[in-house]
Amino acid sequence: MRPHLPTALGIGVATGVYGGSFGVLAVGAGLSVAQACVMSLIVFTGGSQFAAIGVIGAGGSPAAAVGSALLLGVRNAAYGLSMAPLLPAARGRRALASHLVIDESTAMARAQDDPEQARAAFYATGVAIFVLWNLGTLVGAVAGGSLDPEQYGLDAMFPAAFLALLAPQLRQPGAPTVALVGALIAVVLVPLTPAGLPVFAAILALLVVVRAR
Amino acid sequence: MSWSALILLAVGSYALKAVGPMLLGDRILGPTPTRLLGLAAVPLLAALIVVQTFTDGQALTVDARLAALAVAAVCVWRRAPFLVTVLAAAITAAALRAAF
Repeated sequence: MRPHLPTALGIGVATGVYGGSFGVLAVGAGLSVAQACVMSLIVFTGGSQFAAIGVIGAGGSPAAAVGSALLLGVRNAAYGLSMAPLLPAARGRRALASHLVIDESTAMARAQDDPEQARAAFYATGVAIFVLWNLGTLVGAVAGGSLDPEQYGLDAMFPAAFLALLAPQLRQPGAPTVALVGALIAVVLVPLTPAGLPVFAAILALLVVVRAR
Repeated sequence: MSWSALILLAVGSYALKAVGPMLLGDRILGPTPTRLLGLAAVPLLAALIVVQTFTDGQALTVDARLAALAVAAVCVWRRAPFLVTVLAAAITAAALRAAF
């Protein structure tokens, strides 16, 4: 565990600040402080949380918000599959550890060579992020009421964060095409459909890879 | 956002994380499902980027967020840490809005 602590804490602190901006934006989108905090505790996957409040903030329906957020969370299922061999065998602890299956913990685990190190990196990163993401959310949500998100450019953090999440995923074969088609679907649908639907519909871009086979 | 929508999101998000470890165990999926699962986030992230950069309600628009996204793209390309990337975007948008 020890060699991973500095990196894990670094990622955790960064996530804490990012969690602060989530708190601010969540309250700005109309969530209560309690809702913002509970979301970070029990949803605990940043991309989906930002997607959900983004749709809500734009006036989309709860169904569109939950739908887009869950579709975005499908990548966690892929992470869960690859992390499964590292998680504890006991059902209860395995269920608890599953909650920590997110982008950063999976990436840190995958960067290790041996399974023991991978397991340590997974927990160090997952726990550090869980603690600091939730602290950040609380601070941001409480402070949020008195901040104008646009004045501080907080709304511009959304696309930047999604770009940072997207970049490493573009190395997969076919990914750049799927990204372009997804973006195109969304842009075309924005003026035509209710908020939230364009993002949801972008998943259809996956058909391009299926058909190309 | 209602509490029921929030709880639904939490249950669904957890189910996605736990389906591999809890149900599939150490079984391996075929290459096509694995590939599609891995790619699922790609079109959504791309769509989120364009929607949250270029839209205002249902209208398409260009504003300070585009400059912020460009700065973020440079950060990502230069392999800047996540936090640097999002803060650089926020500062760019805030500075442009303060200036004009």
